[in-house]
Amino acid sequence: MLTDPVPQTAPARTSAHVRERWAQPPVRLAVLAAVVLALAVVYLFTDVPGSLLFALEIRSLAVGAMAVVAVAVGVSTVVFHTITQNRILTPSIMGFDAFYRLISTVIVFLSGSASFLAFDALTLWLVQVVVMVAFSVLLFTWLFGGKRRSLHLMLLVGIVLGTFFRAVTEWMQRMLDPLDFQVLSDSLFASLTRPDELLLGLTAGLVALGCAAVVPLLRTLDVLTLGAPAAVGLGVEHRRVVMVLFTIVSVMVAASTALVGPILFFGLIVANLAYSYAGSFRHVWTLPTAVLLGMVCLLGGQLVLDRALDFGGTLSVVIEFAGGLFFLYLVLRKGAR
Amino acid sequence: MITLEGVTKRYGGQAVVDDVSITFGSEGVTSLIGPNGAGKSTLFGLVGRLITPDAGRLAVDGMDVATTPSAQLATVLAVLRQDNQVAARLTVQDLVEFGRFPHSRGRLTVVDREHVERAISYLDLGPFRQRFLDELSGGQRQRAFIAMVLAQDTKYVLLDEPLNNLDLRHMTEIMRLVRQMADDLGKRVVTVLHDINFAATWSDRIVAMRDGAVVADAAARDIMRPEVLAAVYDTSVDVREIDGRPVALYYG
Repeated sequence: MLTDPVPQTAPARTSAHVRERWAQPPVRLAVLAAVVLALAVVYLFTDVPGSLLFALEIRSLAVGAMAVVAVAVGVSTVVFHTITQNRILTPSIMGFDAFYRLISTVIVFLSGSASFLAFDALTLWLVQVVVMVAFSVLLFTWLFGGKRRSLHLMLLVGIVLGTFFRAVTEWMQRMLDPLDFQVLSDSLFASLTRPDELLLGLTAGLVALGCAAVVPLLRTLDVLTLGAPAAVGLGVEHRRVVMVLFTIVSVMVAASTALVGPILFFGLIVANLAYSYAGSFRHVWTLPTAVLLGMVCLLGGQLVLDRALDFGGTLSVVIEFAGGLFFLYLVLRKGAR
Repeated sequence: MITLEGVTKRYGGQAVVDDVSITFGSEGVTSLIGPNGAGKSTLFGLVGRLITPDAGRLAVDGMDVATTPSAQLATVLAVLRQDNQVAARLTVQDLVEFGRFPHSRGRLTVVDREHVERAISYLDLGPFRQRFLDELSGGQRQRAFIAMVLAQDTKYVLLDEPLNNLDLRHMTEIMRLVRQMADDLGKRVVTVLHDINFAATWSDRIVAMRDGAVVADAAARDIMRPEVLAAVYDTSVDVREIDGRPVALYYG
């Protein structure tokens, strides 16, 4: 276990008892929630240069954005892992990030950075969400809903399309005016600290809807960990349930990507940490654990960046770096077995 | 009764199951034998609603497999597939509790817990109940999965090659269990087997398939004849009587 909170001073006779109690999923989750709360308080109330009220207003928006992203990414990644029966690929494998970049690039390419910047934030967000959800649901119904019904084929097509989008994006970016390119690449880095209030609200609404739709399916998700054949044998309407879950995943990922930009490896880290930390395979525990771990990563990372490194970088860059290393570790460890 | 009427499944124009009409469920243990590619597993997939047929009708106790809700079928029919790879770390207890899903949708009642306990003790899994599945031997794993199927408390149990990758002792153990499930608990077990001697020793009825069709369907003793087995497997099989039981010799 990663951060098993076992008190070392307990007497030897009862230590196993104490350890067992501390290892219970609810206790683990509560500890994590306390950590998140503490980090949030530190982030909100310390190191205030001027008016506390002003700082709170700005920072609570940032915390809100982090919470929305943590929920969207944590829930969507764990659900995606369960329905695809793997723990390394994340929804971004379906080309979400590539598609997001492509949409922005196309807009700048066709109309220039001036009109891109003038673009209403709400319209841009809506376009991004609708196009991304439409794309993934279309891909999914085509390759999974029909006769073929192959998850692997769908993933493969997603990867190939993602590569294609990336190539087109790169080609367009090469043809851009340097100034346009500057504006574009600036907007393509995930930014959590200055979210648009209206968009944050809309995204939070969508993500909350997604969560509400997942809750009744929590136990069905547990059964899906056994794999499609066993789940069907136990009376799960596999195709329908997976369709519903996949749509939820697409909406959540699209909404949060359109809000803050693409974060590739973040979901991978929090989901895999959640599997080892939660102390249970049940989604009632792994889903909130993944969300809270996401909050710890985002809040903690932002604190370190702001306070220790003096705003020396962008959080998403740090997360991508750490996530990339973690991904390599996971792949190598799986390979070694 | 599990009834198949004119069931056909084609892959790329070739019929893997070709116009099969058969009924299972009047005998305790029925074994399905036949060479690789005969369509045995496909037939199981069709009954277990993992595969949709191209033609024909399947019914379990009068309920049409195509139209009856999956959850309702899962209360009368349990299917155990060949390879059961689980990515998550589950304990034996977790796995067996899943068997109650069709009845309780995941919220275990007192009755559900009783069924789980009974299944665990029936398969002698008590000492292993808190073990993770990846910490078990092949035989123990197979028993854990059978316990799940047992907890599902269905009349019909379909086992697809339950003896795969097991050693002699565990193969015998599983077959004895299958027999007990039929005799003591009144289950109707249909199982795909490759070892025809196991099939002959433990089953009441043997159904032989070849090229997607049923080529023989009779009591064990009537199937265990050199001419019948040669026709099914396309290879010569010697059958000897040892202690009053027919034993097939096919080791070359």
